[in-house]
Amino acid sequence: MEFLNNLIIGVSLGSIYAIIALGYTMVYGIAKMLNFAHGDVIMVGGYISFCTTFYLDMPVWLSVLAAVAVCTVLGVVIEGLAYRPLRQATSLAVLITAIGVSYFLQNTAMLIWSPTPKFYTAVVSGSLSLLGGQLQVSYVSILTVAVCLLIMVVLTLFISKSKLGKAMRACSEDKGAAQLMGINVNRTISITFAIGSALAAIAGVLLCSYTPQLSPTTGTQPGIKAFTAAVFGGIGSIPGAFLGGLLLGIIESLAKAYLSTNLASAIVFAVLILVLLFRPSGLLGKYVPEKV
Amino acid sequence: MAEKKFEKGKMVPVPSRSIIPERDLDKSPVLECSHLGIDFGGLKAVADFNLTIGRTEIAGLIGPNGAGKTTVFNLLTKVYQPTRGTILLDGVDTAGKSTTQINRMGIARTFQNIRLFSNLSVEDNVKVGLHNQEKYSTLSGILRFPTYWKHERAAHQRAMELLSIFDMQDLAHHQAGSLPYGAQRRLEIVRALATNPSLLLLDEPAAGMNPSETAELMENIVKIRDTFHIAIMLIEHDMSLVMGICEGICVLNFGQVIAKGTAEEIQSNPTVIEAYLGKQQ
Repeated sequence: MEFLNNLIIGVSLGSIYAIIALGYTMVYGIAKMLNFAHGDVIMVGGYISFCTTFYLDMPVWLSVLAAVAVCTVLGVVIEGLAYRPLRQATSLAVLITAIGVSYFLQNTAMLIWSPTPKFYTAVVSGSLSLLGGQLQVSYVSILTVAVCLLIMVVLTLFISKSKLGKAMRACSEDKGAAQLMGINVNRTISITFAIGSALAAIAGVLLCSYTPQLSPTTGTQPGIKAFTAAVFGGIGSIPGAFLGGLLLGIIESLAKAYLSTNLASAIVFAVLILVLLFRPSGLLGKYVPEKV
Repeated sequence: MAEKKFEKGKMVPVPSRSIIPERDLDKSPVLECSHLGIDFGGLKAVADFNLTIGRTEIAGLIGPNGAGKTTVFNLLTKVYQPTRGTILLDGVDTAGKSTTQINRMGIARTFQNIRLFSNLSVEDNVKVGLHNQEKYSTLSGILRFPTYWKHERAAHQRAMELLSIFDMQDLAHHQAGSLPYGAQRRLEIVRALATNPSLLLLDEPAAGMNPSETAELMENIVKIRDTFHIAIMLIEHDMSLVMGICEGICVLNFGQVIAKGTAEEIQSNPTVIEAYLGKQQ
């Protein structure tokens, strides 16, 4: 029964990782860059949701909408100001810029909200008792998994069926040819950032409901873990991000419960290294030979 | 195999030192380039390129390797910004326009080396071309409002119609990269047509094709022109194709236009013969 409990914790933690990983993987798939500021957008989402409920007394659903709206705009602005001018630059330059944006967001958050952690009230409270009270499943867990599944289905359909999804896949394969087919590549990349950041806001709300401490560095750890999850599943692949996130959450939760709390992260990364040794492109990633 | 003759229009001279088919005289030309040129450092890759293409003309752009033919295509589509000169598309100046905008204004192209979206299905490749004709917002794409369904249904039908030009409807669900070479070339043309161009640029459409495939391609190019009433400009090394279907032909060498005229005029032009074969002893 304890095992089942830990598994459920792992699945819901993994769902959060999966939602964050989707942002990394989509941006990487289309803009071919690692947006290391993604984790900090999560933190901003958390703060917006905190402020709108705590100071403005907004209902929960409205505060989530506000967080999504602010993060979407933030994502587009970051892309437009920091990454777009570097479209032709080397990938290393873009990577360093992304790290810079990450620190910028953290420090701005420290200025606005101070480094003292805030106590975040979970969006839903209470838990479900199953099997005569032996199994306690918190509503936050249920909500997290449900939201993750919903996002997964909607996003997959969007990417495969809608015209913008097709434009995204076209840009990811050949930007030059896409432009010559009348696709506005800059706009497509903007929209990708908008969607990724909206997901980050949702992940922020769920993450803070899960671990109620909210500080300017809240996004860093989950951000890196989710990035790992994206690589684990195969970066650029949407089902890969989902699978990678879930597996990472489960491994982490089981390692914490049965092996060592302190070594949990080390174990997670050891598994990642092992997987990458045998499958360098990740679990569901495609091996793309370098064109000569 | 009997050589098939294609009907060509009577060519008449126009002010820009070009010729266009007589039937296009009363319509404004689809493309007018004047004094177009581009430098790469000290190299004048294309210089003083003047050309007028009639509304329904099939024009050819030929020349030895490295003459600047593909550069002209890249100038027309604004992949390169011209150093000098103007391009009028349907009478509208294209200065300062981006590649995306040029496509929306009516130029579509195919590539010398196939550049399909090879991981996308055949149908999706065509739908990428239809992108700008599908009008619904991102939000209704995510939430699947009725406008989404309406436009996607219409796009599916249009894609199938376009694929039927080359009898490729049955391949709609195949991955584009898995198609045989000839079919990939045909799909590139269909994808370009999907963007609803008034001028279609074909960069070596017959490259790597055998004579019977080339003959079929010639028929199809003429058929496309007659069905869509558009102008087609092609770069090609296969002279049977160029001489067989092109009405006006422009010959480039070292970035300069060395001759313009009909197939007969080009074939007997001493400068052209010299460019291809070298000076007669």
